[in-house]
Amino acid sequence: MTLPKLIQPTRRGVLGGLAAGGALALSPARFASAQSAAPIRLGFQLHRTGIGAAYGRWYERTTQAAVKVLNEAGGINGRPVEVIFEDDGTDPRRGAEVVEKLATRSGCDVIFGALFSHVVIGSAPRAGELKIPYLVCSEGFHVASGMLNRWTLQPGITDVRAQVSSMAPWVTANLGRKVTMLFPDYAFGHDHRDYFSAAVAAQGGEVLELVAIPPTETSFTRYFPRIPRATEVLYHVMVGPAVLTFVKELGEFYGSGGRPQIFGFVDSLEAVDTASPGLEFLEGTHFWEGHCRVKQADAGEHEAFYRAAVGVDDNGASVTDARDVSTYAHMFSCWETLFVIRDAMAAAGYQGPADRQRFVEAVEAITAMAHSREHVQGDKLFNGRTHQVFGHQFISRVDGGRLTRVHTTAIEDGLYPDAVDYTSMSF
Amino acid sequence: MAAVLALTAVGLSLVFGVMRVVNVAHGEFFMLGAVTAWFVATHVPGPPWAGFLAALVICPLVVGAVAAAADMAVLKRLNYDPEATIVATIGLLYILQQTALTVYGPEARPVPAPFAWSIRLPWFGWSGYKLAVIAAAAAILLGVWLLLTRTRAGLVMRATQVDRETARAFGIDTDRVYAGVFALGAALAAMAAVLIVPIQQAHYLMGHDPLLLSFVVVIIGGLGSLRGTLVAALVIGLSDGVISVFFSPTLAKILATLFVAGVLVFRPQGLFGARA
Amino acid sequence: MTGAATGAGGVGGRDLALHLAVLAALLALQFVLPAYHHTNLARIMVLAVFAMGYNIAFGYTGLLSLGHALFFAAGLYATGLGIVHGSLAPGIAAVAGLLAGGAAAAAVGLLALRTAGVSFMIVTLMFAQAGFLVVLYFGGWTRGDEGFVLQGAQRLVFGLDLSQPGPRYGAALALFAAAVLVNLVLVRSRFGRVMLAMRENAERARMLGYDPFAVKLVALAVSGLYAGAAGAAYALLFGYVGASFASIQYSILPLLYVLLGGAGVVLGPFLGALVMFYLIDLSSSLTSAHLMVVGAALLALVLFAPQGILGTLRARLLPWLA
Repeated sequence: MTLPKLIQPTRRGVLGGLAAGGALALSPARFASAQSAAPIRLGFQLHRTGIGAAYGRWYERTTQAAVKVLNEAGGINGRPVEVIFEDDGTDPRRGAEVVEKLATRSGCDVIFGALFSHVVIGSAPRAGELKIPYLVCSEGFHVASGMLNRWTLQPGITDVRAQVSSMAPWVTANLGRKVTMLFPDYAFGHDHRDYFSAAVAAQGGEVLELVAIPPTETSFTRYFPRIPRATEVLYHVMVGPAVLTFVKELGEFYGSGGRPQIFGFVDSLEAVDTASPGLEFLEGTHFWEGHCRVKQADAGEHEAFYRAAVGVDDNGASVTDARDVSTYAHMFSCWETLFVIRDAMAAAGYQGPADRQRFVEAVEAITAMAHSREHVQGDKLFNGRTHQVFGHQFISRVDGGRLTRVHTTAIEDGLYPDAVDYTSMSF
Repeated sequence: MAAVLALTAVGLSLVFGVMRVVNVAHGEFFMLGAVTAWFVATHVPGPPWAGFLAALVICPLVVGAVAAAADMAVLKRLNYDPEATIVATIGLLYILQQTALTVYGPEARPVPAPFAWSIRLPWFGWSGYKLAVIAAAAAILLGVWLLLTRTRAGLVMRATQVDRETARAFGIDTDRVYAGVFALGAALAAMAAVLIVPIQQAHYLMGHDPLLLSFVVVIIGGLGSLRGTLVAALVIGLSDGVISVFFSPTLAKILATLFVAGVLVFRPQGLFGARA
Repeated sequence: MTGAATGAGGVGGRDLALHLAVLAALLALQFVLPAYHHTNLARIMVLAVFAMGYNIAFGYTGLLSLGHALFFAAGLYATGLGIVHGSLAPGIAAVAGLLAGGAAAAAVGLLALRTAGVSFMIVTLMFAQAGFLVVLYFGGWTRGDEGFVLQGAQRLVFGLDLSQPGPRYGAALALFAAAVLVNLVLVRSRFGRVMLAMRENAERARMLGYDPFAVKLVALAVSGLYAGAAGAAYALLFGYVGASFASIQYSILPLLYVLLGGAGVVLGPFLGALVMFYLIDLSSSLTSAHLMVVGAALLALVLFAPQGILGTLRARLLPWLA
């Protein structure tokens, strides 16, 4: 995928930006002052096919929109930016090969964008060996847990451990103290299990039952009888194409009769319309959201700008097709990561691959990000030692088929002791 | 979901029984049925049941036609060599998946159920639609059964299964029989898919699971035996739930898989092994 | 595949010379290849070793297995878990991986070889699926589908840092060369001819006094050793161990490589892996519909060159090729 090296990228058809945001754009582009006007090339490891394809599509759209905004605001260090998308099939082996390709063949300066944790973990070693910055948008705890390397960073989205820890106090205080958890039986689900259980216990609550569901499952009815009758809060998180089935069958199980409070991760409903037939029972249940899908009443100027740029309507669906629901709670991470790259490259005076180490150090030096067009999801704190960012989380309730925010966590609610100090590792 | 499983598995079993080939793309025909159902249901105006009924008619025809075309364009030219067929159907699998991804997209999309009511027990809900699926699947299976045992077409198929050369000597166009059987097998999978999409959304990777499950069912029931396949589908559909009460679900799946392997090794004729 | 030429006749120096020339070319290539292709070739050689193991079972002995992911994963996990949880030295762990692959194949073979044909395919498929689920089940150790990483220090073998390009390529080439030479010796040996006889006509071989079960079991175990070695090498050379390598996809891959390159030809699997890799790589740059290209290639192959690239070449031009 060789994009034409245009000196003036504002009309770059290849990147196919969405014009809606352009009207609000910042000052028009001028790249004249740079020593070199050759574009900065960013590699994007994209789940275009395979199990992650529904996310990949929106990650690509969000990134293209962000690049357009970035270039119209002057690019990076006076140079235009181009993003090279390469499909990894949501497969860890191909992921490592894609890192290789983007780094050595396409000549990318940094690589970002991977979401699924097995792809991240499969690719990070190669990024480390190639000594190329690898910025992931994955929300896994794998970065901050210390299993990866100095070149791998997650500056765009809060990790699962922080997310669930910050939710627990609100859940136990408002929904109930006796919790039953339904989660997928693999690493991502286990992070939920371990850290949410611990956080509930810390609040004086109790986890009655842990129902692990194999990732290959397509029908869930037979797991629901294991939910104890005494359950006050049912906590659910599911990923993959069967999520809608899961939620529907849960609805059939409880019907319109009495049910416990239900708290879910919106991962269970990403890219799915909350007003789909069969989901009526979700009315009055709560969800975690990384970024509110439905535009809230108090949404400010940044939110409006972001939605217009990406092409998402007030319900979180595509402006061209209301049935095409986005992965709204996660995809902001691509947008924000791109602006972190810009700011860190500016701070490092980045010129070319020789400055990659300085770039990583510049990211590590970031401490806070303010709510802005660049950081549309909200304020954030960045921990340079663990390479992980921490932001606000949202709890929304389904009202009339729409998600309405009822609580915003404090960033401090999700902080935990450092498990690693990457800055002490060699490059 | 034993009923739907049975439909899919019977399709596979039929293809294997008559043609002696393993169709790795069988799950993709299932997927294709579900995806086509979504297109039909969204483009047919009127209440949900109209779109659904249209899908139930159109999808098996479309998928059957695709399968027949694949049979005539590819499998026939391979002379149904078992190994070559496997490779060819793997190729077909990729092509069908990619087509679905390109045309339909990566999302899981629901098709509205033709009606919505449910039976309530105090602690448990059963959707009426699921019961209707079971009834519909049973009716379709009965139809297949009658087709095979009571009609001339069935006779021709069985004759071809027993001895292809002799059948040909008796003036049966075995090429057409093979294409027909392959199409029928695919159409059964498509029908199963149409029945299931109101419960489990259409998704371009959805063919994987039914394929493995159908394999399991066909084996336990005895390769090529329709009666065995039916019984096995019911037993597996029900026992899956029972085993997982005692073990963790992943462990239950491990045991079930090893059990299937064991059956093949020690009772190759299947557990319910009368040869049809 | 109907009646591929057996290649048993005409044991010539030409044949050995060709294989040595290929190995020498691979040795020389590392000095001229750009970085991207350098790593790719190392990866392809490791995958080729896996596929060569598959070829021994399928191409020479006629055992169409759909469960080789289990043997690869056995090597991968024995090495990875041995280093991370068993504190084994990486060199020792690699040997453990090799043996684990062979042991897994022998164990599966003891049961699965009681069946044949389609049943054999499905039994092996089921065992591999069970293996995949076992990896998920013991997620506490294996980290399930997410997998785990072998850090730099865990990949030092005899002082060589296998995370560096030079040693990595060298190690992959050494493994590949050993695999090729063993394979050549094997197919020219008396046992190799018995294997071929099993493929062509098991009944006749039995009448000549060979026990088909024992011959197939040994062939499958050797095949497992190859797969285990490749798995161990993958863990050490590329530093990642994950459940996706145990999935059904990795049972189908070696089958594709072998069929593409040519079943029953020593270099077939390597050529198949090479062509397949670049086919996917190039087509994914040109179009997002790269699965379509792969699918179409498979169909074309099976329709027009059912003996694979080298198989067809051998039938037409190079009758002496082993």
